[in-house]
Amino acid sequence: MLKEKKQQQQSLHKRHSELAMANNQLEKLSNGIFANGELPTFSEKIKESNQFPLRPKKLEILQINVGYMCNQVCEHCHVDAGPDRKEIMTRETMMQCLEVIRNTGAHTLDLTGGAPEMNPDFRWFVDEASKAGIQDFIVRSNLTIIRANKKYYDLPEFFKNHNVHVVSSMPHWTRGKTDKQRGEGVFDLSIKALQELNAVGYGMPDSDLRLDLVYNPSGAFLPGDQASMEKDFKKALLDDFGIHFHSLFAITNLPISRFLDYLIASENYEDYMYSLVEAYNPAAVNNVMCRNTISVSWDGYLYDCDFNQMLELKVASKIQHVSEYNEDILNDRKIIISQHCYGCTAGAGSSCQGAVTD
Amino acid sequence: MASQNYYDPADLKKFGKISDWSKELGDKFFDYYGKVFEEGALTAREKSLIALAVAHTEMCPYCIDAYSQDGLQRGITKEEMMEAIHVGAAIKSGATLVHGVMMMNKVNKLEM
Ligand code: SF4
Ligand code: SF4
Repeated sequence: MLKEKKQQQQSLHKRHSELAMANNQLEKLSNGIFANGELPTFSEKIKESNQFPLRPKKLEILQINVGYMCNQVCEHCHVDAGPDRKEIMTRETMMQCLEVIRNTGAHTLDLTGGAPEMNPDFRWFVDEASKAGIQDFIVRSNLTIIRANKKYYDLPEFFKNHNVHVVSSMPHWTRGKTDKQRGEGVFDLSIKALQELNAVGYGMPDSDLRLDLVYNPSGAFLPGDQASMEKDFKKALLDDFGIHFHSLFAITNLPISRFLDYLIASENYEDYMYSLVEAYNPAAVNNVMCRNTISVSWDGYLYDCDFNQMLELKVASKIQHVSEYNEDILNDRKIIISQHCYGCTAGAGSSCQGAVTD
Repeated sequence: MASQNYYDPADLKKFGKISDWSKELGDKFFDYYGKVFEEGALTAREKSLIALAVAHTEMCPYCIDAYSQDGLQRGITKEEMMEAIHVGAAIKSGATLVHGVMMMNKVNKLEM
């Protein structure tokens, strides 16, 4: 049993799993219950409400994935990140990104990974990017990285000096649920990291240093109501650990990568897809994040979102790389969709900023 | 008959169909049901736990399925769910045992 668990705490790539290959994931998502008509495909579904083809609105968020390396190997990770992943953005690609950041009409820059801090040029990049005067500069930090090694201990200060908006994942306010999803010891380290972020001012009630938490369910079920989860999280973290934070984003796990692997292995795949389709909310389609976001991969390619990036579905545009970036041409594209998109439209909807409807 | 079992998990999804054969009563029931579970003097979270406990005392597999999932979605922990079931079980067994007094009364009356 223990051994089996160990086996799972490796990336799909490291395990040479079939699902490490994007086309196998896409095939799984198109076959079975979707091929035999038991459930409608996502394009059939959005056609019902005349929302096909899905097209971008105004670009608001530029999301840059600076590499798939991570100090953690969370069971639900849609990036298939881990210490073994060597895909890391080079300084050269970062310079191309900076060009874009300086000229974009987007008001939000969102750095993600893996653990973005593990990119050796991360600090240089943040330093340069913060000079571009983007309104909201997000770094998605997994919290444990702050305590992973001495060289990261000063990250809270570093973030503060660059006025970075920190967004961190915290699957639950109890140790058991957190460690089950993210690995042994993750809860205690995350608590410590949150306390340190609080200590420099992050997340404090009247502070401008924004600290938001991301919750995603640790299992084959959908997230509950974001507002009431936020209330529960706030109360528990404050009562038990004296921790403050600003908002909670409740995010649905999309059926790709390691979460897809988990769904299949635990025989939850079909039921999960059923619950996503049943919870389909046409109002959420208006605000899915691909409609206001461009996602850049570690090697500079452009995608409709971080999920499509992991499925290797590059934007359907003649501009596909950050080196030739052109916002007007890019904005005139059709968004590539498949059945994983049901994860963005279930219930109140889901994006990197949480629910997309009230 | 499609199913070989009295209970079929797929039937839970068809619950709404009870309105097909009596629309007015069905609609009234679902309205009422929805209203009951809204946030009120009790939180929706507390209501979910009560529902889970009653689902067990009623031994309704559909309700157990539904409210186990509902609890997870609300971030209710396993420990909280199990404690709620114990509350149901305690009331059930208490209700059984308190009738023991009835038995004792009867025996005392009849015995010389
Ligand atoms: S979910 Fe985040 S922290 Fe966990 S392995 Fe993936 S990238 Fe790393
Ligand atoms: S998965 Fe990506 S492309 Fe699909 S709806 Fe969500 S954000 Fe859009």
